[in-house]
Amino acid sequence: MLKSLCQKMFGRSLWVYHANSGGCNGCDIEVLNALTPYYDAERFGIRLVGSPRHADVMLCQGPAMRSTAKALQRAYEAMPAPKLVFAIGSCACGGGIWHDTYSVIGPLEKLLPVNYYVPGCPPRPEAIIYGVAVALGLVEKKSAPVQFKQMEYPVPRYHPQDLKEQDGIVVYEKLDTV
Amino acid sequence: MSLTSKLQEVLVCLRAGRVTLPYPAQSAPLPPRFRGRPIFDASKCIGCGGCASNCPAREILVYDVCQEIRILKYLGRRCTYCGRCADVCPEKAITMSHEFETATGTIGDIQQRLDLFMSTCQRCGRCFTEPSKLEELKLKGYRYDDLENERWIFRSQAYLEGQPVVDDIEIELD
Ligand code: SF4
Ligand code: SF4
Ligand code: SF4
Repeated sequence: MLKSLCQKMFGRSLWVYHANSGGCNGCDIEVLNALTPYYDAERFGIRLVGSPRHADVMLCQGPAMRSTAKALQRAYEAMPAPKLVFAIGSCACGGGIWHDTYSVIGPLEKLLPVNYYVPGCPPRPEAIIYGVAVALGLVEKKSAPVQFKQMEYPVPRYHPQDLKEQDGIVVYEKLDTV
Repeated sequence: MSLTSKLQEVLVCLRAGRVTLPYPAQSAPLPPRFRGRPIFDASKCIGCGGCASNCPAREILVYDVCQEIRILKYLGRRCTYCGRCADVCPEKAITMSHEFETATGTIGDIQQRLDLFMSTCQRCGRCFTEPSKLEELKLKGYRYDDLENERWIFRSQAYLEGQPVVDDIEIELD
């Protein structure tokens, strides 16, 4: 649903506002790198604007910080709807490496509703363009959660159907088959 | 802005040719030592927890369900791709892949979860420790990180000293 809305509302061009709420500047440089002629994000109509009032998309770098929380929220409120928020970098996605220090509130989603995440520290300019392309519906996202189970647990005590009780004591028995 | 300077500019542009990369249709080759997302190999992992203890972003959570089962959860969201987990892993179960196209609309998409079987002594039923270099990497005791809210729980010290358990640092927004 989000994707179809994106395609409809942002089909022509995205004007992005670039907000750093306290990152180390690494992600800022990669965002600007994505706008250089080599990567040329303007092919997709992406343009950097200087004021949140002109923007469709806010590219946020840096975690949610106490000192910039209010300013960031005000910038978000100043953007005309419909608006998207991109969390660029590990800081914005998950609070980053300093996620538990006193001045960091945590991931950006604690302050603003985040629509797309581009993890990386800093993400490559390609990764940022890829994130925008995912949002525009040009490419499919590649990541999916992974879960491995190493093996069937061969220990009988954790198969509750095999437990026996004798005089109020649970009796564990070794199974013949594992 | 004379005409000659314009002409010079045209010449510079012509000489440079076209440099724009047609990404995402085609991407430039990655540098060979590029570190992307760490990939966990569940068949090699012995569950020592060295990666969790050494991750600077505290990104790998450990939950001991019981003596035999340890859950390792890599969140992916605040990973800095530093490669330290792959460096300390004694079994080389973690590889730093070349994956960087991990952008997603749901942050849960980049997590990896391993349910590991931990061996126990056949006699006493406890997990046994080996006097080896592995010892340094191992997590001491059991850990109960909060898998739902994706945070570490620092309770070991308080537990040892008989103090009330303080779950985690909760920072309020003023
Ligand atoms: S994600 Fe990494 S590069 Fe980006 S602002 Fe945070 S620390 Fe800096
Ligand atoms: S690459 Fe670094 S930050 Fe990421 S899980 Fe490994 S040790 Fe942690
Ligand atoms: S350091 Fe390697 S073997 Fe130990 S728990 Fe992590 S992935 Fe498994």
